[in-house]
Amino acid sequence: MQNRPNNHAFEFYGEGLPAVDLGELRGRLIVIEGPDGVGRSTQVAMLKPWLESNGHAVLDTGMTRSALAGKGIKQAKAGITLGPISLTLFYATDFADRVENEMIPALRAGFIVLTDRYIYSLIARAIVRGLDASWIKACYGVALKPDAVFYLRANVSDLIPRVLSSPTGFDYWESGMDIHLGEDLYDSFVEYQTRMLSVFDSMIHEYGFEVIDATQPVEPIYRNLQQRIGRLLRDL
Amino acid sequence: MRMYGDHQFPGKLFIVEGIDGSGKSTQLSLLQQWLRREGYTVFFSEWNSSPLVKETTRRGKRKQMLTPTTFSLLHATDLADRIERHIIPPLSAGAIVLADRYIYTAFARDTARGVSPRWVRELYKFAVQPTIAFYFRVPLDVSLKRILSARAALKYYEAGMDLGLSDDIEESFELFQGMIADRYEEMVDEFGLKVIDATRSIEEQQNEVRVIVERELADVPKRPTPYLDFLEV
Repeated sequence: MQNRPNNHAFEFYGEGLPAVDLGELRGRLIVIEGPDGVGRSTQVAMLKPWLESNGHAVLDTGMTRSALAGKGIKQAKAGITLGPISLTLFYATDFADRVENEMIPALRAGFIVLTDRYIYSLIARAIVRGLDASWIKACYGVALKPDAVFYLRANVSDLIPRVLSSPTGFDYWESGMDIHLGEDLYDSFVEYQTRMLSVFDSMIHEYGFEVIDATQPVEPIYRNLQQRIGRLLRDL
Repeated sequence: MRMYGDHQFPGKLFIVEGIDGSGKSTQLSLLQQWLRREGYTVFFSEWNSSPLVKETTRRGKRKQMLTPTTFSLLHATDLADRIERHIIPPLSAGAIVLADRYIYTAFARDTARGVSPRWVRELYKFAVQPTIAFYFRVPLDVSLKRILSARAALKYYEAGMDLGLSDDIEESFELFQGMIADRYEEMVDEFGLKVIDATRSIEEQQNEVRVIVERELADVPKRPTPYLDFLEV
C-alpha cells in the first residue's frame, strides 16, 4: 500500500517541491482514475455536492485546468504539433501548476481535494507513447502521495458505447492517433485503450489503487465510492 | 526513448553556455558564419524559442505566476519541442546544430531558484548530449559592466526578482548572476564543459573555438556548392 496512512504527514513521490512545509497540509487528497469514457467526471460531479452537503470544503481539479498551461495544451493539441516528450512535459507543467497553486493551498486550508485523474494517467500516456517509465516517474516526483486512488476499471468493449454516446465520438488523442496504431479512429482507439488499460493494471499494486468495477451502472459505483470516501473522512 | 548520452547521429551538436554578458552569443554567431562558409549545413536553435510554449511562458511571466518548478518545466517543454523538431532531425540528416544555451542553463538557474538538482537533471535526461559544450567563463564584474551599460531595463524573472534577494532590481540581478556563475563552475567537471577564457579578445576566443570544433568534423559531410556562399552574403 503506497498511500498515506490516516493522519500521517503528506509525502512527495520523489524529490518534491521546494519551499513546501508538508506538515501544514491538513486536508485529504482523493484521486479518481481510469480510462477515457469510464465515467470519472460523472462520479466527481456527484461526489462534490455530497461532500459539501456533509460540511466538507471541496476543490475539484483535473487535467489541463491550470491557469498557467491549460490553454496552451489545448491549443497545441488542436494543432497536433506535439511530439511525445513535449506533450508529456507540457502536461507535467499543467500538473505542477495545479499542485502548487490549487491543491497545496487547498490542503493547507483543510479542503478535500477531489481530482479527476492524477499522475497515473499521465504516466500511462507517456509509457504507451514509448517514453522511459523511470524518467517520467522521476519527473512526477513533485506529486504528493494521495490518501486514496480509486481506479474505475472497465474493458475497452465497455468504453466504446460510452465514448460514442458523447457528441465528439472518438477523439484524435484518446485514440492515440499520434502514434499510428490503427487504420482508422476505431482501430486505433481499441489498440490505444487496450495498451492504456494494461499500463493502468500494472500500476494497481505499485500505487495502491483501490479497484472499482466500472462496468456497473452509475448508482452502485457512486455508493461504493461514498462508502470508501466516508471511511477516509471519519477523523475530520 | 533515447536518453542523454545514448543518441548516435551523423551530425554534431555544439552548444554555448555562460552568464549574461559572457559574449557566448557573439562567439556562436561567428562560428555559424564560418561553418556555413566552409560548406557545412548548419541549423541554429535558441533557448526558450519554441512556438509551442511561447504564449504560456508569456502569460506566466506577465502575471508573475511562475514558480521555480513550473518555470523549470516550461523550459523543459520548450527544449523538448526543439529537440524533437529542430535538433534530432537535422542531426539525423548529418547537419551541424548550434544551440545558444542548453540544459546547463536550466541546471544553473533552476537550482539557484531552489529546485532540486537531482530532479532537474532527471527532467532533462531526454536531451541529446552535445558534441562539445563550451562554457564562456568571465568574472562577474566584467559581464555586469557589459550587460548593464548596453541593455534595456531588466525584466523580473531575468533579474531573479522571484527569489526575493533584493528589492532593487539591479542588485537582485547581480546577486542572481553570481549564484548562476557559481553553479556553472560546479558543472565544469560534472559535464565536461569546455572552458573558454572570455576575458580575451573576440578573435582569440573564436580561433580557439574553431580549432576545437574542427577536430570533430572529420566525418561531417560538406555541401559541394560553394556558389551558395556568394548568394548568402
